[in-house]
Amino acid sequence: MKIVVCVKQVPDSAANLVAENGVASWGDAPLVINPWDEYAVEAALNMGGDVTVVSMGDENAKEALKHALAMGCQEAILVSDPALANVDTQGAAKALAAAIEKIGDVKMAFFGRQAIDGDAGITPAQTARVLGWPALTFTASIAVDGDSVKVERSVEEGRQTVSANLPAVFSIVKDYGEPRYPSFMGIRKASKAEIPLWGLTDLGIEAPASVVEWPELNNPPAKDVSVEIIEGGSPTEIAEKLADKIMAEKIL
Amino acid sequence: MKTWVYIDHFKGEAVPASWETIGAAKSLGSDVTAVILGTGVDALAKAAFEYGADEVVLADNSALEDFRVEAYANALSPLVTDAAPGLLLFPTTSRGRELAGMVAIDLNTGVLVDVIAMELDGDKVVATRPIYAGKLLQKTVCNASPQIITVRGRIFAKPEAEPGRSGTLTKVDVNVGDAPTTVEGYGESTGGVSLADAGVIVSGGRGVSNNPNLTPPDGMSDDEAEVWRAQQGFALITDLAGVLNAAVGASRAAVDANYIPYANQVGQTGKVVSPDLYIANGISGAIQHLAGMRNSKVIVAINKDPDAPIFKMARYGVVGDLHEIVPALTVAMKAKLGK
Repeated sequence: MKIVVCVKQVPDSAANLVAENGVASWGDAPLVINPWDEYAVEAALNMGGDVTVVSMGDENAKEALKHALAMGCQEAILVSDPALANVDTQGAAKALAAAIEKIGDVKMAFFGRQAIDGDAGITPAQTARVLGWPALTFTASIAVDGDSVKVERSVEEGRQTVSANLPAVFSIVKDYGEPRYPSFMGIRKASKAEIPLWGLTDLGIEAPASVVEWPELNNPPAKDVSVEIIEGGSPTEIAEKLADKIMAEKIL
Repeated sequence: MKTWVYIDHFKGEAVPASWETIGAAKSLGSDVTAVILGTGVDALAKAAFEYGADEVVLADNSALEDFRVEAYANALSPLVTDAAPGLLLFPTTSRGRELAGMVAIDLNTGVLVDVIAMELDGDKVVATRPIYAGKLLQKTVCNASPQIITVRGRIFAKPEAEPGRSGTLTKVDVNVGDAPTTVEGYGESTGGVSLADAGVIVSGGRGVSNNPNLTPPDGMSDDEAEVWRAQQGFALITDLAGVLNAAVGASRAAVDANYIPYANQVGQTGKVVSPDLYIANGISGAIQHLAGMRNSKVIVAINKDPDAPIFKMARYGVVGDLHEIVPALTVAMKAKLGK
């Protein structure tokens, strides 16, 4: 069974992001594989097929691909083209769908639930729509039986069980289970891997029209708070003072 | 500008953000058409009028009983094509996000996700959305029609309901087509107040496991004993949450240490929240946690370490042991709220 997992390279979640002249800067914080994508890689590897990891981005994104290879993916492909540099989510979905179709005969395509940079969280659903496949998003467990699949989804109201036929797109949530660490052998193999680069010509598509623009990037307004430390007396006295302060805010 | 607002609901019960989204559309000066998909959901049409919709388009179809994103997109996209609104708004829920995303693909337009502010520039909406969990704010526009936007909950005010207010109700037939998924069933509801809708959140971090006055039952390994201690700590937090009708949150450190399920995690890799009151207990304030709760109106921090970064974000702080302060605060709040 052929399986694809899509990953993105993002600044580490501990990074302090600053807008500098309209561009996001994360200082010397490392770029890492999107944390939610590690769960997707874990799920993909557990399905018992050949797993190809795909990322869209510039040369930097190779590091995310190598992380997934070191976790155990067999092949990696970098989708990269200058025309994709500022593409919106619709364009990204079209490029990823084209890559999945070019790989051919794919039964399952995995994604993390969202990327921690753009935070849109719609690429799995949009890619599924372009492919015409069911979108089994926010998946916490997966049972495959031949060409049919049953998943447990983790949604706002609790758990939901959904069935569908393959091929299908999945997005994986943290409830799925902890992702494995790259093995020593895996890291060695990944460091030597040749990663093919697919441009738009290879994908056989034209540059997707990007209709969403983001003309401005700003730092959030500084939070104008100075903390008032409640102190003095026993815990009961402190709690009483704090309760008065909370009540005076008139928010309850 | 002709504006449609999608009313998101779970089994016929609207999420509050749906009504807030009507309010957001009204704030742009638009006449609002609410679009409702489902079966047996006439009550939602009545409510939509009361919350300010001028028209309601209602599609009642048994194939829409469970929310299945493909079925809903198959039904919604042609309705939007025919009516050609300039703006199509959704509340940002998991359903709203994905439906918006699929409709954007169908209609060859774009979607601006999780927007917290909107202003008009001619007939274009310039939207502000947090990225990197709110560490940065992006201004963004969609240069195709309809402009599709999902609006974050608890940002725009919910309009006052006007009982008896009415408008034009149009019932439409829809073709759900081939919807490739079947909903087999639902697990038990997790219960309690959901983080996304919560007006008050009481959260715990690693500090919840540090009560020295507890003796774990015999025979526990160190790891088990730590989790056991943490669960006693979270019981104190849950008690306070009960009195405040609050949701229970947690830091990533607490989740990663198996103190509490991931569903409770607040932060960049958990849920981004903006309650009126956020009480952080034993949370030091890692940057990825702060990103997830910095937009709370009033933040209270209780922590032993006076240098914890959480105090820089808080309006009120207590430097002390949460195991003493939290139960005392529960008693005090209970009395003040007359419970």
